[in-house]
Parts: sequence; C-alpha cells; structure tokens
Amino acid sequence: MMKHRLNLRVNKQDFEVFVKPKTTLVDLLRDELGLTGTNKGCGTGECGACTVLMNGNAVNSCLVLAVEADGAEITTIEGLASEGRLDPLQQAFVDEGAIQCGFCTPGMILVAKDFLEKNPQLREEDYKTAISGNLCRCTGYVKIVKAIKKVAEGE
Amino acid sequence: MSDKKKYTNIGRSVPKLDAVEKATGKAVYPQDTNLPGMLYGKILWSKHPHAEILKVDTTEAQKLPGVKAVITAKDMPPTKLGFAQDNPPLKGDKVRSLRDEVAAVAAVDEDTAEKALEMIKVKYKPLPPVFDPEEAMKEGAPQIHAEAKGNRNKLHYAFEYGDVDAARAASDVVVKHRFKLPWVKHCCLAPYSCVARWDESGKLTMYSPTQIPFLYQRDLANILQMPSSKIRVIQPTIGGAFGSKLDLYPNEVICAVLAKKAGQPVLLTYTREEEFKCTPSRQPVIADIEMGAKKDGTLTFRDVFFILDNGAYTSWGATIPYVLMNSVTSLYKCQNIRFDTAIIYTNNMYSGAMRGYGNPQGTFVVERMMDILAEKLGLDALELRLKNCNQPNEVTPQGFKVTTCGLRECLETVAQRLDWKNKRNKGQKETGTLRRGVGLASYIHVGGGARVYRSDGCGAIVKVDDFGHVTLITGSTEIGTGTETVLAQITAEELGVHAEDVTVVNDDSAIKPWDVGIHASRTTFIAGNAAREAAAKVKAEILKTASELLEEPENKLEINDRKVYPKKNPEKTLEIGKVIRKAHFRQHGQAFMAEAFYDPPTEMEDEDYRGNISVTYGFGTQGAEVEVDTETGQVRVLKMVIANDVGRAINPMLLEAQLEGGLSMGVGYALLEKLVVEKGEVLNPSFLDYKMPTVKDMPPVEIVLIETDDPGGPYGAKGIAESGTIPTAAAIGNAVANALGLHLFELPMQPEVVLKAVKAKLAKRD
Ligand code: FES
Ligand code: FES
Repeated sequence: MMKHRLNLRVNKQDFEVFVKPKTTLVDLLRDELGLTGTNKGCGTGECGACTVLMNGNAVNSCLVLAVEADGAEITTIEGLASEGRLDPLQQAFVDEGAIQCGFCTPGMILVAKDFLEKNPQLREEDYKTAISGNLCRCTGYVKIVKAIKKVAEGE
Repeated sequence: MSDKKKYTNIGRSVPKLDAVEKATGKAVYPQDTNLPGMLYGKILWSKHPHAEILKVDTTEAQKLPGVKAVITAKDMPPTKLGFAQDNPPLKGDKVRSLRDEVAAVAAVDEDTAEKALEMIKVKYKPLPPVFDPEEAMKEGAPQIHAEAKGNRNKLHYAFEYGDVDAARAASDVVVKHRFKLPWVKHCCLAPYSCVARWDESGKLTMYSPTQIPFLYQRDLANILQMPSSKIRVIQPTIGGAFGSKLDLYPNEVICAVLAKKAGQPVLLTYTREEEFKCTPSRQPVIADIEMGAKKDGTLTFRDVFFILDNGAYTSWGATIPYVLMNSVTSLYKCQNIRFDTAIIYTNNMYSGAMRGYGNPQGTFVVERMMDILAEKLGLDALELRLKNCNQPNEVTPQGFKVTTCGLRECLETVAQRLDWKNKRNKGQKETGTLRRGVGLASYIHVGGGARVYRSDGCGAIVKVDDFGHVTLITGSTEIGTGTETVLAQITAEELGVHAEDVTVVNDDSAIKPWDVGIHASRTTFIAGNAAREAAAKVKAEILKTASELLEEPENKLEINDRKVYPKKNPEKTLEIGKVIRKAHFRQHGQAFMAEAFYDPPTEMEDEDYRGNISVTYGFGTQGAEVEVDTETGQVRVLKMVIANDVGRAINPMLLEAQLEGGLSMGVGYALLEKLVVEKGEVLNPSFLDYKMPTVKDMPPVEIVLIETDDPGGPYGAKGIAESGTIPTAAAIGNAVANALGLHLFELPMQPEVVLKAVKAKLAKRD
C-alpha cells in the first residue's frame, strides 16, 4: 500500500513519518511514535479518551486521519508537564482524587486544558459542558469537575 | 472522632500513589505493551446464535502474507472453561451464541489479521435458538447444552428460613409484584486487552488485566494442561474492572495458544464493539416477590423467585444469587424467608460478575417492595425501615453475624439531608408537568471479606531498607480504586513512617504472595489486615535493634514520623534508617523483612446457604430527590445523598471517590443503561447507543461517612467499593414513585417506560 510522508510537530519535537492513508492520528501517536499516553477507548469518536491538542484545539485523535495532521502541531499528555513540573491541571487531578483507573485521564486533562485556555471566565456548568464528550466510568466525574474548577479559579 | 488524632496516616486523604503516572500518560495498560516481534490477534465470532459447526476451513487465511498463526478448536486442548466447565475457548462442534469463538488469527498487524478472518470459511447448520429464559424453561424448547435438562443450569440456589406459609397467613398486609431488570455492561474505559509470550523453555508470561492473578494462573494451567509453575502473570495498569475480569475467559486462552503456535508474542485487544458484544455482562433478572407485614409494620415474610438469564455458558454470572440472596434474607429484620432461583441457559451472550454481584438487583427488588408495603400499610417508608432496622450484634437468617452496624444512623442522616419530613409525605408543589419526589434505599453487603472459596486469604511482605525505605509486596491487585494507596497508609501507620515512603509492589505473580483476588469489596479489609500484620512484625524487629542502640527496653520505645524514641524521652530520637543501617553493617547483621497471611475467621456457607462468610458487614443508605416530567417522561435527579457505614475512613478522599463512582453506575442502572439484545444480538454496541452517564447525567451528591470503628477491620475499616452502586436504582425508583404516585417495575426508567406508566394511570382514572 502507498504510504504518505508527513511532517508534524509533536510535543515540540519534529517528526517525519510514513503512514498508510487510513492510519488515524491516535494509531500514529501510539504505534509509530510510542506515545501510548493517548488512550483508545472506542476508536469511533464516542469516549474522548484519545483527546489530543492539534494546533491548539482539542480533537478526538481517533477521528483524525494521520495525513490530516501533516504540518500540525500536536500536544499529547506526555507533552504537558514541563521541566519536571506537572501542568496545574495534572497536579489538580492528582491532588483532588480525580483519577482512578486513569484511562480517561489524559483525554479529560487535555480537553479541560483547551477549554480553560479559551474560556477564562467559567461557571461550573461550563466545565461540565467542556468534558461532556469525555466518558469516565470510575469517578462519577465529581472529583474531575472539582479539579478543573480548582485550576479555573486559580486556587 | 478524638482517637483519629493519634494517627499520622489513617484518615488522611493521600493522593493515589499511581496518580502522577496516570496524569502524565506514563501508565502502561495491556494495550500499550510493545514486545519485540509482537503480533496482533483477532477472534472470529459465530454467525449464528445456535448452530452446529460442520466445517472450518482456514487454508486461504493461512496463506495470506503476514499471517503467523491460525487456530481452531483442533488446536485447543479438550478442556473447558468456567465454573461449570461448559465453555470451550474455541468452539468445535457447536456454537451457542453470537459471541462464540470459532477461530482466531495472529498476524503482523491488525489489518492483516482482520483480512485473514474474512478468509476463514465456516459451514454451519443452524439450530432453533431460544433467547427468553421463560421460553427456554418450557418443555420442547431447544436444548442448548445436552447435559442441561430444560436448559436449567445445574447451579441452583434455594434458601428457607422460618415458616413462610404460616407467616403469610398471619400477615395483615401482603404485596406481590414482578420486576424485570436489564442486561447492563461494565463499560471499562479500556477495552479488554492481554498479551501472551512464551520463552524457549516453555514458560508462559501473560500480561493480563485479571482481577484474580493466582486463580487465573491455576485455571490457565488447567486448561492448557501445563504446570501452573510455568505461568507468570503480570498485571499491567488496569483500565477499569468492576468485576469484568473476575474469571478466565476464552480470549486469554486463545491469546496464549496463538502465541505458542506463532512462536511470537501476541497482543489481543477487543474493539469497543467486541467489548459490548463479547464480554460477560450483568444479567437480566425476572423477580417474583411477595412480602408481608403486620399492621404495626413488623415484617413477616419474604417469598422470592428469581429467573436469571445465564446466557450460553457459565461464568460467575450464574453464581450471583449467592450474593443477591443477601439482600432478601438480611436487609432489615425478617424472620421468614423463602428464596429460590432458576438459572437458565439461553442463546444470549453469557453473564458475568459486575460490581455488587447481584446485590443491585436484589436490593432494587426488596427496597422497591418496602415502599410498596409501606404504602399499603399506610406507614411512612422511613418508619417502616427504622422499625425493622438491622442492629449491631444481630444474627441474620443466613447466619451473618453482624458486628458493627450503622444502618439506623445512615437512614436518619439521609432522611434529614433530604428534608424527608417535609418533602416525602406532604406532597410537593406541582409545576406544570413537573412532579417532584424523594425516596431512599439501603443495602447490606459483605464488608470484611467474603469466604466464597475455601480461602479468603491474602499474603503480604513488608521490608524496610536503609534510609527507611519501605516496600509492601501485597498479593492484592490495584484496579484503579486506590487500594495500593490505602495499603501503603496502613503499612506506614503501623511502622511509624509516612504513606509516601512506601512503595507498593502488586503486579507480578512471580513476586507477590498469594491472594484470592480483588472482588467482594475485600481488599482494604483483607489485604489491609495482612499488610498491617506484616508491618507489625517488622516493627518488632526494628524495635529490638533500636532497643540495643538506645539502651531502652523495647516496650518503652515508640516509632513515629520515621523515628524511634523512648516514650518517656521523645527528644532522644533515632532515625529508622539509621537503625536499619546499623543492623546491616555489622557482624551477624540482619535484613528487616516479614510476611503475613491474613485469612479471616469466617466460614463458608453450608449447602443450605448458612454461614458467617464475612468478618463484618457494610451498611448504608442512599437518598434521591427527583423531578419527573409527566409530558416527556424524563427523570432528572436533583440530588443524591449517601450515608455509609465505612467502619473507618482510611483515606476519605478515595473513599468518597469510590462512592461517587459507584453511584454514577447506579444512576446509569436506574435511568439510562440497557443492552438491547434481540435474537441474541446486541443492537447497541457503542457508547453512542448505550448510554452510560456523562458528566451531565451525574447529580450533585452529598456524602456522609459514618464511622463505626469495626473491631475486625484494619484500623476499624470496612470494605465499601461496591456499595455506591447497590442501592442507587432503588432509591431513585422510590423517589420516582413518590413523585408520580405510581410504581415502575422495570429498569432503566427511560422516558418511554415512565410515560407508559403515566398514561396507564391516567387511563385508569378516566
Ligand atoms: S478513542 Fe477516540 S473518542 Fe474514543
Ligand atoms: S478514571 Fe477510569 S475511566 Fe476515568
């Protein structure tokens, strides 16, 4: 099968990769680049576990073809902590008990990150809307909302 | 609680030890495994719900470049899986459901494996199927297993206590109803995934999300007909379990056989669709229940018959009456009980264990009936429960010896927080088509282990090295609930160090001591007692050495905040690390390590289902306030309250997290979730069509932890992990009934179910 060459920047590193036309971004990240922090809970855009930031927007990476990411800037959960310091959202998720099995966590954090950056002034209902496409079976969302709120309110 | 103060670690909301790994994407789930030469496995599922297999032709598939192994029943040992040994990992002569495994492939990538599956030709001779358990029970119904007459599973749970018929005759009020509860799914966010790798000497390593590593090791050895000493089970990070990994299933066996045949490691991961269709689910039940009471509200009897759709094979789903029975026999005091079951094979997917293990079903039925009974008696539903409330030191008809019991306080707390007095009986303000109501429901569940096997034990090893580094090697498993953190807290408390000083090792059968598994809310209690005992032994050794160094008798010494000091002279401290180093660097030195195996002082139930299977029992109440739209049938939960007897909260934050997560599952059970299964086929195998709760479905929750300080528990704790799910649907169901003045007898209470009942009521009135 014909493979396409593409160039993309992931977590501030440049990559040149060759992919099949139907390879999705989540598979590229996980299988080719070894970034398995991006989880695949459904592969069909229904759970949000595979959320990454693409050119600054949260996307379900299972719905993005790798070729569409040519020239894109991607941030995955592995790229969020810098210089050994957790992102405030990561820290809040840890401290507030918002993580159980952790499978939804990377997606939740990235979707919240996107949302908080774009909407600095938020009410609790807004965080809920922000993460309403991301499923979590373990937590009942209570502590996830609490963690996001903590960061939003700069506690 | 005043005595709490003396603890450094107990009662502290320590963040989960594995949370940073998970927050940074470093946690490795089975699907993240990448071994050299690793192949991808895929299973070919049956095309018919019931058929003879005439021929399986894999010739073409085998020729496809990139295919490394193709297996059918012929490549399998003749052994079968499951509690009733009725489930061959690959089916050879007959398929009994659409999720039956017929063949499997390992290939260099998933695409190739999928293509190869399409090239396998299977010839079937369809047989008449049966999907409804009541149909399957009838004479002349298609026979699913030759040895199961009338499609009855040979497992049969029947219990009698007192004299039900006499009690019925002596009752002032009797109510009788039929309830129907649906198939529901665990919905672990991580699809099931495992990896098998063989080495040249014939040793097998499985990377598995199993909840029962040692029973799994034994069962896998049995089915593969090899010594279990040659199997090593590594448990990577588990992306959700909730009972779904409590058995050894065909996919893991298939993965192992594929890897052996290919001579390369194999990763076998389900798609979400397979996860919905092919993994065992919580079983639907039909319950016929009759309950009676005296005028004053004294419960007289319960007479219950449960029909369970077992599906095509026997996994733990068939054994859930064992727990389901508990709510019937032991929730509130009732002295005359008859409980009977029919567990019926059908051509549906087979059922399995899921959080609460039958108790959500049992509690729903019993607690809904308590409200109906109260209504008939003209009594307040809370009063009826308080009148028959379980108490400390009572023995229930099944022989459960209740020790501590905070149920009364739980009921009263929930009622108070719901503003029960004002909201329940006075009738709430009606606004247009909206009706509001409140309801509550309680539960009883094992809280101090559950002796369902001959052993309910767990091993622990604690070692302390120089610089005071503590390692707990526990037999138990972490499935996301936070047990490893709680165990670190217990270990640290006993040793006088901090939970953050403890490394927990719990993921490798070659390292960790034996444990039954993570189920029945048992880990904090059982593994906690084991860890505590091992830590106490090491502590004694540390004190012995410290006593030489400090020249003080051991019993006059104390350890706290990583230091040893004489009780009388706390200034004269010696760091634990220093004590250890002294013992290491000397002639005839010693290592500081100890083991313990805690197997609780409980008994298995006898053949009449009597016996004290748990050291202590968990109790709790949930309350719901709902608003129902009589025009759309939509139920909105405005608020939930949980009051739980937790014994002692070792880690309040993680404990609340368990209750909240459990409750969300209960909300799904109450209002949203249902696998639509028609002719054996799951018609909604996706998150789009199967509605598990999103953040928008989650009501506000108030939680009150009631500490009864159980004498058997580690620092007084009871197990609670399942309890959040158990009474939720009943509480919401009771609130909906209160709002509408009518009763629903099925779940989930989706709008069409509500509307139908509302319309029926209106029709009656006209
Ligand atoms: S894996 Fe992409 S949304 Fe579920
Ligand atoms: S923590 Fe398990 S799915 Fe969210």
